[in-house]
Amino acid sequence: MIRVVLPAHLKTLAKENREIELHVAGVASQRSVVDALEMSYPALLGTIRDPTTKKRRPFVRFFVCEEDISHDDPEAPLPEEVVSGKEPFFVIGAMAGG
Amino acid sequence: MSGVRVLVGTRKGAFILESDGLRKKWDVSGPFFGGWEMYHIKGSPVDPNRIYASQTTSWFGQLIQRSNDGGKTWDPVGNQFNYDGVPGTHQWYDGTPHPWEFARVWHLEPSLTDPDKVLAGVEDAALFESTDGGMLWNELSGLRNSGTGPSWQPGAGGMCLHSIIVSPKDPDRIYIAISAAGAFRTDDGGKSWRPINKGLHSEGIPDEDAEVGHCVHHITMHPSKPDTLFMQKHWDVMRTDNAGDSWVEISGNLPTDFGFAIDVHAHEPETVYVVPIKSDSEHYPLDGQLRVYRSRSGGNEWEPLTKGLPQENCYVDVYRDAMSVDTLDKCGLYFGTTGGQVYASNDEGDSWEAIIQNLPAVLSVEVQTLA
Repeated sequence: MIRVVLPAHLKTLAKENREIELHVAGVASQRSVVDALEMSYPALLGTIRDPTTKKRRPFVRFFVCEEDISHDDPEAPLPEEVVSGKEPFFVIGAMAGG
Repeated sequence: MSGVRVLVGTRKGAFILESDGLRKKWDVSGPFFGGWEMYHIKGSPVDPNRIYASQTTSWFGQLIQRSNDGGKTWDPVGNQFNYDGVPGTHQWYDGTPHPWEFARVWHLEPSLTDPDKVLAGVEDAALFESTDGGMLWNELSGLRNSGTGPSWQPGAGGMCLHSIIVSPKDPDRIYIAISAAGAFRTDDGGKSWRPINKGLHSEGIPDEDAEVGHCVHHITMHPSKPDTLFMQKHWDVMRTDNAGDSWVEISGNLPTDFGFAIDVHAHEPETVYVVPIKSDSEHYPLDGQLRVYRSRSGGNEWEPLTKGLPQENCYVDVYRDAMSVDTLDKCGLYFGTTGGQVYASNDEGDSWEAIIQNLPAVLSVEVQTLA
């Protein structure tokens, strides 16, 4: 079970006020986690990544285990701590705009 | 008793104000979608409980929200705005070709006859249509592909399609306006379009007869005269009486003819309202005095309306979609400011009152007259 922490705006859209737990089929990666997230919460479609190209939106970041993995290969397996549920997968709204 | 619902989109959320037909006491609900830019919120003319809203941020992109209960509850509907075919390019600020890229929805125009049908004007400029209540959006690409698209160029606020008017007498006739391309018309339901900018003169365009490139800020129409349009251009207030085939200037005695908002009285098709703004480099009222100007003669002769509006130290702007009218008798007028006030008049503009203050900057104001 993957734990996912969303930023406030996306929690509101998803109608969830706490951490989300997701079952991810196959290898857990940025892409498969967001696939599962969008499947469970269709309201989030297009808010994290472009629905057609699957490219991450510029002001969205992914953090795991105290690292920014936003620029890593989206298919790369996530660390075991995230896969086991010990550490969450953070979706972050980047600080921008001053 | 009849009533009024005012839909207010702001830089940081949406608000709904409701009143009875007297329009003196207002109930406020919101913020809805707190923290999001609400570019436009508009209700269906045939089902006032059906309301569409454009919700956007630079962080999380575009959402379209729909309410079926007059704005009490909302649900996100479709938010995929894919340009038809290979989008191609338009001109960038420096004149180089730039790929068409979707940024946001500026304006939502529900159908006059079908609550599930709605048009969306977007940036980069294009027109989309949904016929299933906003779930799926298809581009009416005849507009972008009408021939002049590659030469369109963005205005300072982006290349936005911000005005949509469907003729109440002929649903196949639609007018739209784009900053900074100009106004366009279709007579076949969106398949083919042509620029309707003859008579517009813009100091930033060397060719006096330029077919496109005009910074049209807003257009409006009275439903009883669908061939007559009024336009607030970057500079100049204009009118056409032949569906845009030619325009004439009606700025007349306005103290400045720069501005964004323009609207027509609900019962008097020759009574027009504008909010003059000092200049394109100073986006606030002249002399710090917030004044609506009214012409009862279809233009040229304008009178300032000041009662109840701040007449000193006022430096707000009024955006293009931030003015609206109700259809009660007497006609009510409403406009929102970048200072977060919404002013209302229940007597055709003779007097005004701030019905709410201290909101985030107001992007849009639409009014529903309720039976």
